[in-house]
Amino acid sequence: MNTMKINLIVNGQSRSVEAPPGKTLLYLLRDDLDLLGTKDGCREGECGACTVLLDGEPVNACLVLAGQVDGREVVTIEGLSQNGHLHPLQRHFVEAGAVQCGFCTPGLIMSSAALLEQNPQPTEEQIRHALVGNLCRCTGYTKVFEAVQHAAEEVDRD
Amino acid sequence: MRTLTPFSILAPTTLQDSFQHIEEHGWNAALYAGGTELLLTMRSGLASFPYLIDIKKIPQFDEISFNKDEGMLTIGAGATHRSIETSPLVLEQLPLLAEVESMVANIRVRTVGTIGGNLCFADPHSDPATLFMAWAGTTFELVSSAGVRQIAPDEFFVDLFTTARAENELMSKIHLPILGKRMGGAYKKFVTLERPTANVAAFLGLANGKIDSARIAVGSVGPIPVRAIDAEGTLLGGFPDEKLFERAAETAAEATDPVDDVYGSKEYKKQIVRVLTRRALKQAATRADRSQ
Repeated sequence: MNTMKINLIVNGQSRSVEAPPGKTLLYLLRDDLDLLGTKDGCREGECGACTVLLDGEPVNACLVLAGQVDGREVVTIEGLSQNGHLHPLQRHFVEAGAVQCGFCTPGLIMSSAALLEQNPQPTEEQIRHALVGNLCRCTGYTKVFEAVQHAAEEVDRD
Repeated sequence: MRTLTPFSILAPTTLQDSFQHIEEHGWNAALYAGGTELLLTMRSGLASFPYLIDIKKIPQFDEISFNKDEGMLTIGAGATHRSIETSPLVLEQLPLLAEVESMVANIRVRTVGTIGGNLCFADPHSDPATLFMAWAGTTFELVSSAGVRQIAPDEFFVDLFTTARAENELMSKIHLPILGKRMGGAYKKFVTLERPTANVAAFLGLANGKIDSARIAVGSVGPIPVRAIDAEGTLLGGFPDEKLFERAAETAAEATDPVDDVYGSKEYKKQIVRVLTRRALKQAATRADRSQ
């Protein structure tokens, strides 16, 4: 099988991977780079569990081909905490109890991170809109919206 | 399946190079823009291609421009839904288009998926396809090494996943006339799954308090979006009130021939179409009335 060399920046570090062009970013992260925080859910771009930031924009890693990320920057859930401190979103998800089984959580947090980056003071309506397609099958979304709102208030204060 | 059937990606950087690849490989190659639909089809084993021609590197392929003299907004086929939704030019000239684009799938799909890819893939559950079917004066521009041609949406969409695009053509642009004075448009959809169960686009023009132009398209309930011509006829010359909209909505719903599938039964979809049509007409009329 033909492979290609892909150079990318993942969570601030330069990485180089040899992969077939038909491999998706999801498996490049999970299999080649051992970053298991990005979850393998529906593989069809419908559940949002594999959400990562590609050049700062939220994408489904299962729908992006490895060949497309050459020279680009990817941030995964592992890249949010800094110096051992959780990102405000991560902390507020824990504090609000916005987690049950946890499978959808990395995707929800990455979508929320993209939102707060572009809109630091979102309304609840804007939070709901940004999280369309990030599916949680355990529980509901009320605590999630609460967590994002609290994180936004904290980030905005800083 | 962890990886797709092996293929090579060709990445032309000019339109001429794209034509060369297209002509060399024919239907053995798929044009690859956002890939949000193509990759799903390939992963499910419904299609496989030895070559993908990545057309995102063609210059100006994602450009959005406005010609004031002609009153025409032009969207590059490679523009992502997200870039259209957030384009200041689109928000200013055709806010309805930005509104509809903001309703496509979810933000992750909109960040990657392109308008041209959406139209050329011709998924029956498309948001922009239904909108453009109702939008008078819309044309799609198809280019090949032989030249350029403009095609109207009702000629472009042929059947389920089938368009009038020839093997050697690619979609380059979408041309949309801005709405005139006393014109309003609206788009309504109903969603339970990822794609719309049904969607309706409506445009109304008003003159002396009466409706002097009407266009309605109903989508997602059949293989391609269709105009509700009879319903449009019932509106012409009438006063824009709830009673008339209800009658037109009834006519539009009756004229549809929905398929029974996982999205719902035939009767259920007809009911949804009736409600969406009434709501779309009401909003289009309000907007027409406000547009002086």
